Amino acid sequence: MTKKIKNLNLNFGPQHPAAHGVLRLILELDGEVVEKADPHIGLLHRGTEKLIENKTYMQAVPYFDRLDYVAPMNQEHAFALAIEKILKIEVPIRAQFIRVMFCEIGRILSHILNVTTQALDVGALTPSLWGFEERETLMTFYERASGSRLHANYFRAGGVHQDLPAGLEADILKFCENFPKIINDLENLLTDNRIFKQRNVDIGIVTKDDALDYSFSGVMIRGSGIPWDLRKSQPYDCYNQLDFKIPVGKNGDCYDRYLCRIEEMKESVSIIKQCLAKMEKGPIKTFDGKISPPSKKEIKQSMEALIHHFKLFTEGYRVPKDEIYTAVEAPKGEFGVYLISDGTSKPYKCKIRAPGFSHLQSMDYLIKGHMLADVPAVLGSLDIVFGEVDR
Amino acid sequence: MNLIDLEKKINSELTTKINKTEIKHNQIYIEIDKDDLIDVVLFLKTNKDSKFKQLIDITVVDYPEETQRFKIVYLFLSHEFNQRMILSYYINENELISSLTTIFPSANWMEREVFDMYGVNFKDHPDLRRILTDYGFEGHPLRKDFPLTGHTEVRYSEDKKKVVNEPVKLEQNYRNFDYESPWEGTKYIKNQTDNNDKKN
Repeated sequence: MTKKIKNLNLNFGPQHPAAHGVLRLILELDGEVVEKADPHIGLLHRGTEKLIENKTYMQAVPYFDRLDYVAPMNQEHAFALAIEKILKIEVPIRAQFIRVMFCEIGRILSHILNVTTQALDVGALTPSLWGFEERETLMTFYERASGSRLHANYFRAGGVHQDLPAGLEADILKFCENFPKIINDLENLLTDNRIFKQRNVDIGIVTKDDALDYSFSGVMIRGSGIPWDLRKSQPYDCYNQLDFKIPVGKNGDCYDRYLCRIEEMKESVSIIKQCLAKMEKGPIKTFDGKISPPSKKEIKQSMEALIHHFKLFTEGYRVPKDEIYTAVEAPKGEFGVYLISDGTSKPYKCKIRAPGFSHLQSMDYLIKGHMLADVPAVLGSLDIVFGEVDR
Repeated sequence: MNLIDLEKKINSELTTKINKTEIKHNQIYIEIDKDDLIDVVLFLKTNKDSKFKQLIDITVVDYPEETQRFKIVYLFLSHEFNQRMILSYYINENELISSLTTIFPSANWMEREVFDMYGVNFKDHPDLRRILTDYGFEGHPLRKDFPLTGHTEVRYSEDKKKVVNEPVKLEQNYRNFDYESPWEGTKYIKNQTDNNDKKN
């Protein structure tokens, strides 16, 4: 007698702690082996691109915080750079260092979250407890500069909103002295941990060619051994004045990607230190009164400043007709903004290129033939945040 | 190979297939015809002097007033030469276009997104479903004629014990202020004054 065996369909998510947000993953299982994975996304879709088309350039900035909400300022950076390139404005050097410094803080924020939750997914609880303490410290830096822990709304076309408050630079430096020790602690827990290695080594391998074909970027492409980082290859702001290394993986598995992230955090600490050392007093946004708003003091004294202030916060600045794509190396990969301006004060179109979107798309390719228990491990190493995937 | 050489090469090798090339912002912008898409993309991906091996994104720009309403935009990246290319062509509203899924597997979701957001259909896409919007959603949100507030809203109905879709009810309509030239007055003021002038 022959027995008929049917594959089992399993709904993973949308409310599953290891789905890192609202992902509905439909898995087709043959026993414990995954035959097919079909991610259903869009549960966090808010229509960011549509909203941006209806807002002025300045009002559009906060939407970028809400994309990848674990590293908000990196997204703002891409948008600010796009406008700056169209308007052809120079950013003062101090503002460049402040922006790069906060982008690197964002990178650490994102990598801590990813590394520790990945460890959590495969069974280690402690790293997340230690890591989140550090994230909290970093978010207070965000708060002191911008007034908000997460949704910073700090970067502007032409610089940043306001200068760093007194004492912040010293505190960030102090953090940079202590943080490498925390990374070491995390590494002691994970890097040579037998369980962690069993769960991650040789899982979710990406070859070089596939990394290109599936539009991977960031750690996903570097983990497979392609030395590609936009901070080095297409430097923006002051990255070309800084000295840092790009860690590259060898095997393209989850474990290599974990190692890349750990090394990147160490490099980020060094970049932050360099920024602090090179930062000199000076202006933090462009002097062009048609783009950056005047200070409160000026408004009280100058009629022109008052008019500028009024025009900037009602109509907003106009951006000449142009079409541009700018990308930054966000913690998760290449985050790009494709902007079409039409001469008015609102973007005609603003397409957001989120790295997580193409990473998640490859889920079927990555997980086929693996066990069910490998799904969280692979998903964790993809570094998915639904804010940016669903937009 | 720098961008200027690349532009020359593309123009000389693909002659009739290229409508327009331009270099700005350190990127090359190419305009082609709808039917040449596959040929041009294959050439640019495989040619040893371009090697645009990565498809970064696909998107659409909607110009509702034009006869050729949609501009389809493809963004490419060449790691080898560190160059970016923006490829585009125009289509009418109901035209079918070819899918890039056979050349770039990553085009799959990008094209699904284009279909979802703009309602552009692909000829040979293996799995053309909506991707970002809700199950059973109607309309294409990123078209310029789709209202910002949408057509329906959802709420949990205590009577039916499930989530229901209803037409949007707003206490106040979405207000789009016209700040562009306050000194000449906004449109409705202008109409009023014009009418008054006529009466007088």
